Amino acid sequence: MAQAGAAAMPLIVGLIVLFGYLKGVNVFDAFVEGAKEGVSTSVRLLPTLVGLIVGVTLLRSSGLLDAVCHLAAPVAQALGISSEILPLALLRPISGSGASAYTLSLLQQFGPDSETGRIASVLASSTETTFYAVAVYFGACGYRHLRYTIPAALTGDFAALCLAIFTVKCFG
Amino acid sequence: MLNALWFGMIVASVLYALVSGEIGNLSTALLDGSSTAVELTVSMLGSLCAWLGFLKIAEKSGLTERMAQVLSPLIGRLFPEYREDLEIQGKICMNLSANLLGLGNAATPLGLSAMRAMSEKNPSDVPSRGMILFVVLNTASIQLLPVNMATMRASCGSAEPFAILPHIWIASAGALLCCVTVCKLVEQREKRIANS
Repeated sequence: MAQAGAAAMPLIVGLIVLFGYLKGVNVFDAFVEGAKEGVSTSVRLLPTLVGLIVGVTLLRSSGLLDAVCHLAAPVAQALGISSEILPLALLRPISGSGASAYTLSLLQQFGPDSETGRIASVLASSTETTFYAVAVYFGACGYRHLRYTIPAALTGDFAALCLAIFTVKCFG
Repeated sequence: MLNALWFGMIVASVLYALVSGEIGNLSTALLDGSSTAVELTVSMLGSLCAWLGFLKIAEKSGLTERMAQVLSPLIGRLFPEYREDLEIQGKICMNLSANLLGLGNAATPLGLSAMRAMSEKNPSDVPSRGMILFVVLNTASIQLLPVNMATMRASCGSAEPFAILPHIWIASAGALLCCVTVCKLVEQREKRIANS
């Protein structure tokens, strides 16, 4: 399975280049032309990323995120899940690397095949880092007013949390 | 929205750190956070250039347009604004396919290129419905094989690293359905308000 995933990328690249060459495209010139856009895109992205990552780092190192997670413990008890799951649900939309690190610690602490380990695995892989995606995509285009983007995206994150708990509780 | 959120994040963190006595940590956090962002940008720069390069080859050879034609019924339904626009549909297809295959490094550059194409066609200074739906799709996960998670589980000694695969499919499909539904409901309400 893991090998299939690793093979996908080189195969796709090979197919794209082969198809282009057969169609008579000057593949190297086209590649360079496209790659130039990468430079300007990432330069435009940098300020957005600095802003977002500084904000998240402050939130985590001030201890505020931990405090909020602590407050959420009674909610976890009411749901019948381990109180360590909710911090992951709060962290997942904000920080991808933070969520991975936290998932890893849960898997090590409870075991990957325990109920908590399974819920954590499902939760961590069933959504993306919402705020990162929103900031990157809209930041690169310079939009400030995002209308209903964040409510819609967070509805998805909340649904993923409910479904992660539900599926693991039901199917084991 | 990001304006208010970011403001809240910064001010609440500083106030909380003052109260809890962790204020000294914040100055290192500030420096660390900004250099992490630069490291991320530099590490992304190469793959961004490479994937936008391959995308350009695929576009020039007509490959993305063919993919767009195949997936047009679905993309056209989700993004009715761009039903006639095969260039934008092609870019959207490439991004969604990269997401499905779990190629996160490729999905972001392809998505950025789709966003840029959509914003060029957008006369207003607020994002179009299509752009919002596209970003929302990218905040949900549509990955077929969560290889990274399976690897992480295996490294922690899981007896069956892929056992949670059906759970992940159900949870991510359900989440995806929820956020698309929210977008479509808001779109319809806006249309009704505009008509009346």
